[in-house]
Amino acid sequence: MSRILTFVFRRRGHGGRWHWTDIATWIWLIGGTILMFGPALWLVASSFKGPAQLAEFPPTLLPYIQQTAVVEGYDAPLPLYTATLEDGSVEVLAEIRRIGVNSQMVDPENPGERINVNIADRSPVREIGFATGNYVEPLVANNFLRFLWNSVFVTTMATLITLLTNSMAAFALSKYRFRGRDAVMLLIVATLMVPLSVILVPLYSVVNATGLLNTLWGVILPTVATPTGVFLLRQYMLTIPDELLEAARMDHASEWQIYWRIVLPLAAPALAVLAIFSVVWRWNDFLWPLIVLSQREHYTLQVGLNTYAGELNVQWHYILAMTVVTMIPVVLVFVFLQRFITTGIAGAGIK
Amino acid sequence: MKFTMASFAALAVAGFGSAAFAQDKVEVRVMWYSDGIEGEVMQDLLDRFEKTHPEIDVVLDNVAYQVIQEQLPIQLASGKGPDIARVTNLKEQAEHWLDLRDYVEDPAYWEANFGDRFDWMRPDGSDAIPGFMTQLTLTGGFANKTLFEQAGVEMPGDGATWDDWIAASKEVMESQQLPAAFAIDRSGHRISGPNASYGANYIGDDRMPAPIDDGTMTFASKLVDWTNQGLMLPEVWVSAAGTTYRAAADDFINAQIPFYYSGSWQIANLSTKIGDAFDWVATGSPCGSAGCSGLAGGAALVAIKYTRHPEEVAAVMDYLASEEILREFTERTLFLPAHKGVVEAGGLNFQSDDPNVAPALDKFISASTETLPFADALPAWKWANAYYGALVTRISQVMAGEISLEEARTLMDQDIADQVSAASQ
Amino acid sequence: MAGFGKTLGRAVTWPLTLVARAVDPPLRVWQRWTGTGGMAAVFLAPNLAIFGVFVLIPLVLNFVYSMTGGTGILLDQRSFIGMEQYGRLLECEDYTRRITCREDQFWTAVTNTATFVIFQVTLMVTVSLITALILNRNIRGRGFFRAVFFFPVLLSPVVVGLIWRWILQRQGLLNLITVNLGLEPEVWLNDRFYAFAATVGVSTWAHMGFYTLILLAGLQAIPRDLYEAAEMDATPPMRVFRRITLPLLGPNFAVVLVLALIRGVQIFDEVYVLTGGGPGTSTLYLTQYIYEVGFASILRNPGLAAAASILMGAVLVVLTLLQLWFSRRAEGRRAR
Repeated sequence: MSRILTFVFRRRGHGGRWHWTDIATWIWLIGGTILMFGPALWLVASSFKGPAQLAEFPPTLLPYIQQTAVVEGYDAPLPLYTATLEDGSVEVLAEIRRIGVNSQMVDPENPGERINVNIADRSPVREIGFATGNYVEPLVANNFLRFLWNSVFVTTMATLITLLTNSMAAFALSKYRFRGRDAVMLLIVATLMVPLSVILVPLYSVVNATGLLNTLWGVILPTVATPTGVFLLRQYMLTIPDELLEAARMDHASEWQIYWRIVLPLAAPALAVLAIFSVVWRWNDFLWPLIVLSQREHYTLQVGLNTYAGELNVQWHYILAMTVVTMIPVVLVFVFLQRFITTGIAGAGIK
Repeated sequence: MKFTMASFAALAVAGFGSAAFAQDKVEVRVMWYSDGIEGEVMQDLLDRFEKTHPEIDVVLDNVAYQVIQEQLPIQLASGKGPDIARVTNLKEQAEHWLDLRDYVEDPAYWEANFGDRFDWMRPDGSDAIPGFMTQLTLTGGFANKTLFEQAGVEMPGDGATWDDWIAASKEVMESQQLPAAFAIDRSGHRISGPNASYGANYIGDDRMPAPIDDGTMTFASKLVDWTNQGLMLPEVWVSAAGTTYRAAADDFINAQIPFYYSGSWQIANLSTKIGDAFDWVATGSPCGSAGCSGLAGGAALVAIKYTRHPEEVAAVMDYLASEEILREFTERTLFLPAHKGVVEAGGLNFQSDDPNVAPALDKFISASTETLPFADALPAWKWANAYYGALVTRISQVMAGEISLEEARTLMDQDIADQVSAASQ
Repeated sequence: MAGFGKTLGRAVTWPLTLVARAVDPPLRVWQRWTGTGGMAAVFLAPNLAIFGVFVLIPLVLNFVYSMTGGTGILLDQRSFIGMEQYGRLLECEDYTRRITCREDQFWTAVTNTATFVIFQVTLMVTVSLITALILNRNIRGRGFFRAVFFFPVLLSPVVVGLIWRWILQRQGLLNLITVNLGLEPEVWLNDRFYAFAATVGVSTWAHMGFYTLILLAGLQAIPRDLYEAAEMDATPPMRVFRRITLPLLGPNFAVVLVLALIRGVQIFDEVYVLTGGGPGTSTLYLTQYIYEVGFASILRNPGLAAAASILMGAVLVVLTLLQLWFSRRAEGRRAR
């Protein structure tokens, strides 16, 4: 054990002594890990709680379900409570019904005798359990597979188009000198200034005019010309030596071949980063799809799950569960592809 | 390359779109939002309609209420939208509704049963039949009877004032150690009934907005005081900016507050979510100096002018508005009916085993006779939303301690005036 | 497994390769006709076409909107009123008192956003820098920890807001902790100070991983021998940090600073879900103001919103020019 510890806590301090920076480092890292994952875990735990338990105060860390018992003479299982009786003794009883502030209870061992208990003197017997209905009900009731397919379609197409068009533009902006190059660059930069949420009405007019309303392409196209992607790729392509391109031109390669055969493969690390980001962004997109799509066969997952917010009531237990569902692909990306991102950003330099 | 992309795209669209629906049927799209189970009930009713009308394919698009409020207006402005929609913002968008008079089978039936409320959904002076109210709503209070009993506090009876109710709830709060005594939804609509009870009037002589009057200020200052004293649950009003709607139903359901002012539409919600946890009653609207008024309202199903199939739309509407179907819808959703025939025939067999439901519905029906004339005029008044928006925005700021009540009064008048002047530009 | 992955990869790229081959001959003709320079246009065209239609045109339209009035939503239902909306935004009786301004909420949003940006950017840069320095140390599991801090970056803003709302509300995780510590529970988001701190903290939580990586890349590019030399001279660590680390980190540091500034000014989704701008208007930031005025409020005014967004854009242009200036300087330094 101690050897493992020594191995894990290998540090920079000299001669086996713990330098204060080592301690600070580990506090920071372990605290950081808790802070980064803890909130998401709390969401997952909450998503398994029933509506009543979600509103409980103080909250419990884990989801609980009230225990029930089958009592002779009653068809349905009865909920169990710990009740404090008049003589001060504490017993586990099953509740038959509640009338006002009185609870009619019965001892499961001795079903013949009814006991009246004030509801303030009883507390439910609970065990850890999962309200899986939060997940099952919306998934069954909704056209879940359709939404999933739409989301996958949007994410895939948007990512492919983003990679292709952005890499072509980045190639032109990094490997050619032409008049207006800086102007184009500036123009693309300028769009960083205005976030989508403030130009919804004009953008909606454009999408409406192009006839893309209520189509998945209306969701895809406005998002693919991201300035971020062009930047990232251009920055990376600048590091590809021009001599490679010149050599290819000597061999009578066309410009298109140079782009396709030489530059694209060399830019693979940056492309991977952009691909991962694009997948995550498009999967997470919410506001814009919500505006473009109002017919249910076109809903993406994020839009479909938003129907649980009514005029007057929000069904939180469903919303939490469905949020967890939409997080699954993101977590998968994180688990399996984080290495590409973390090394890729370092390699590609700047977003 | 661009060309290739485009054809690739076209290919994908074609392949994707063709599977969605068959060509020979007329498609009628209904944009619908749900607060509870009414979406399921409606789907069931429409499925039955489709069986008898194989030529019409009715698609129910369940959306969030936000979509009805934010996206639908833009669609309508650009001459788009569904064929039928369930809408609450009826008067302001009246120009977009289709006049069904020439398409429905029997306009007289519509006039007789829904005529009273057509003015809520058509421009002043028009005789159009735009649709029908799927439900009537009336604002009113709910009390947690079990909490009152546990605290040993008598529930205020008929004719009790707002002060009585809050005082009693305060006792319950203190004895049961609850976070607050009561809550009222964050909405200008919700406080307008109580405002009326204190003598408020928003509508000027020329049907333009009147300046904020003392009646409104009386109830507003009570709300602010109650919030400052920790009697009103602060999360609901204080913790949002602008006109955002927030309901306090969850806090009532979880027995965090003994008294809750909302409306009749909550009955089904309370019944399903509270279950057997405690007993609750509807209390009607507490009284003020001028009366004990709630505010009527509701959602309507309206036909949209831009539909390409008015005939089929009318067929769907005729079916849904028929007495038999509407009765079933009402009984299953626990809504207050807006159909005169259904109301007069009475004997509604509300489908609920919950003993709290029937008395609550009765209470709302009897409370509906106590609304003041001003409150009854509000749903058909064009500027109601401008007024509601200003009330919510500014009163919240007062509660948060950002401005004084007097400053709020000036700002509300200014907000409303801005809205009026923008409309005339 | 690896073989399978390769086959799968080929199966996916194969149609693309075919397309790429098919477009080569016509492009060769084009290239012969226009020369190599003409190819730049071909490469730019698809991106610029999409960009033009879905970004540029809406931006221009937005500008036109800012000079119209009325309650109509589409342009043809609105009337031209010149600069009136800008005047309305900027008009105050007494510029030292927000409440006397015609659009007092706009000014509230502006001051809130400014305060937010100052605190958030400071916190963001500090936390990211410390984390990057720590991750740059020779520790076990560096790859793992590098990923840990990146996790929230992948979450959607809506989810981020929801997660934290579920922690900070009355029945939230934080109150579970305070109660267990024997303290009074608190409705955190109802308190002006805590709510503001929450928006700063949560947005930092959500994005710091990204900035950490940029800074880490900068740190790793600093030659080791510089540090070794310093160690031989027994230079104090703080001095090493000031004299070697900070100056050489310069370009990346500048990028982080300006990107964080731009995004700080544009903060919206996570705060909207988390606090809704409350309590009162104490976390009402500029983008939310614009979104509500232009789109979400029942008192919609697209013209006013457009004018506000143009003003915000103007401020951001200044910030971006800064960014360009910084990265130019950085490129110059790298060349040397």
